[in-house]
Amino acid sequence: MAVHFVLEGSLVYQDSDDSRSLKDKKGPPEENTADDTKAESDEETKPQASPAEDGGDVEDACKEDRPDSAASKADEKGPKLTNKFNFSERASQTLNNPLREKSCQTEPPPRSIFSAMANQWEIYDAYHKELQKQEKNKEKQKAPCSKKDDDKSKKKDMWLETLSDDVITNLSKATKIIERMVNQNTFDDIAQDFKYFEDESDKFRDEEGTLLPLWKFQHDKAKKLSVTALCWNSKYQDMFAVGMGSYDFSNQGHGMVAFYTLKNPSYPEYIYATNSSVLCLDIHEQHSFLVAVGFYDGCVAVYNLKETGAEPVYKSTAKTGKHTDPVWQVCWQNDDMDNNHNFYSVSSDGRVVSWTLVKNELVYTDIIRLSVVSDGPEGAQPHSFTCGTSFDFHKQIDYLFLVGTEEGKIHKCSKTYSSQFLETYDAHSMAVDAVKWNHYHPNVFISCSSDMTVRLWDHTINTPLFTFDLNAAVGDVAWSPYSSTVFAAVTTNGRVHVFDLSINKYEAVCQQVVVAKKNKLTHIRFNPIHPIIILGDDRGYVTSLKLSPNLRKQPKLKKGQELPKGPEVEVAKMEKLLSLLREPEQSSI
Amino acid sequence: MAEVEETLKRIQSQKGVQGIIIANSEGIPIKTTLDNSSTVQYAALIHQLVMKARSTIRDMDPQNDLTFLRVRSKKNEIMIAPDKDYFLIVIQNPSD
Repeated sequence: MAVHFVLEGSLVYQDSDDSRSLKDKKGPPEENTADDTKAESDEETKPQASPAEDGGDVEDACKEDRPDSAASKADEKGPKLTNKFNFSERASQTLNNPLREKSCQTEPPPRSIFSAMANQWEIYDAYHKELQKQEKNKEKQKAPCSKKDDDKSKKKDMWLETLSDDVITNLSKATKIIERMVNQNTFDDIAQDFKYFEDESDKFRDEEGTLLPLWKFQHDKAKKLSVTALCWNSKYQDMFAVGMGSYDFSNQGHGMVAFYTLKNPSYPEYIYATNSSVLCLDIHEQHSFLVAVGFYDGCVAVYNLKETGAEPVYKSTAKTGKHTDPVWQVCWQNDDMDNNHNFYSVSSDGRVVSWTLVKNELVYTDIIRLSVVSDGPEGAQPHSFTCGTSFDFHKQIDYLFLVGTEEGKIHKCSKTYSSQFLETYDAHSMAVDAVKWNHYHPNVFISCSSDMTVRLWDHTINTPLFTFDLNAAVGDVAWSPYSSTVFAAVTTNGRVHVFDLSINKYEAVCQQVVVAKKNKLTHIRFNPIHPIIILGDDRGYVTSLKLSPNLRKQPKLKKGQELPKGPEVEVAKMEKLLSLLREPEQSSI
Repeated sequence: MAEVEETLKRIQSQKGVQGIIIANSEGIPIKTTLDNSSTVQYAALIHQLVMKARSTIRDMDPQNDLTFLRVRSKKNEIMIAPDKDYFLIVIQNPSD
């Protein structure tokens, strides 16, 4: 049997016993039928509920309670009603769960204490970085990006690169500074001498001067090489270039170009090793990072100091017209009309060649061929060439230059006439080692040779003005940049001769042995602003010497007169000398 | 990098140089030719000095910066060349 629905009813049958007992109990007035029915229903439910109740105590209690209310009701209703309400309060207490406290704590975030000061410069730096960031962003926006992934990886790489580059460059700069500082300490006395020492005894020696030895520059790898070229840098006047190689025909090896600075005498700033001996070099006046070099094998090359790398940026090859014989001299010229840099070279193959730096190439132009003027029958073509051993360009007149040859002749040439010389001077009996125009006077030049003489010329006159016999082969001669009458010459017996024609026309003002007699001096140069000279010898040493005050004399003035400066004074000085020479000639004639 | 190494070797071989220390911007030595305890001491103390010196120069003119610092004492000379992230300390006794 399945029970689907059970509902307990509350109806009582009229004639049943139950209903009769109920009626008896009630005994109700018929007025309160509403209440009665309520009471009835309650009573009815109560007796039904009573057997379900737990305790009779509760019943009694309720009945006791109720009689009060029943009594109140009974007053109104008559007979006392026993209240059948079983007001039972039921309460039960559930189990109190034991309280447990459970908590979890995360690992605290890593902390570091940060403190900084907001200085003016920190703020400035922050703004600067912002600016740079903005500029970089602008650049990136301008450059079209192809793939985003590539960009991201590129950005990462750049970041890494810049970090390590910064580190390296920072350290390299700091190490350079430190090296110079350490050297300054080591050579402190020399540095003090260079700057401040003036030989007091020159006041007592009227016509003599001395040379004070300062630093000595040498490089381990250049010990067997002789100094073949020297050149001061016109922009950084403490820096000079040394070309090294060998003059010995039979003993040719590699060569080297080294750049030293007076601030660091122990190691060169830049070194370039070359396959063939370096015979000459020249630093460009405006762009002092460009160096032109001439080699023993006839090549010319241009190095760019700004570029890293040991190779020259331009080099002449057999195809591009290199010389077939050693290149004895190179000289930078002013930029040509297309603003290309160009330089000239002279070589033993008898050609004076102009090289122009056009983009990535070196373009050559033969300027002049040093042909031998033969006394043969007219019409015979001179087909042999003499070897040019030195040249120099006029300071003011751009197209005029002098070439010294191996036969001892000096030719005055012009850049525009390629077949003929303007003039030829029979200068020396041996090869002309150096020929130099005077820095101030436009007519005067000087030449030196292995025939042990130094000769002074006026280019309008065919014969020398002065001749000085120095008892040993003269390697090099140089005019001083501060005076038109001072020049210095070096000889192979290790001597330096300094002449000042305004003081003494016949003898050197200073003759000094500067290096050991075994070492032959090969080159000499005056520094453009400091009163020092550098000498190169054939052992790879470069010695620097300071000129004493007597060698740097400015023309004396009467009291009260202003000191006139400028090249005019120097020109006047020279002119005075020359006029003295001309007068006796005129008088003799 | 090799050039830097070479230059450092040359400095070390100069007359009178007692030691070289390379420290980072926080005063922690990275490379040194002296013993450990002196290195740490030098680096920490000199770091403070360099910071103070640099702060002085830059406070006067933010576009200026410290190039190098020389501290000459009775016994020797300490030369410091600071840069953005590192500084180089060389101790030399010039009268050796």
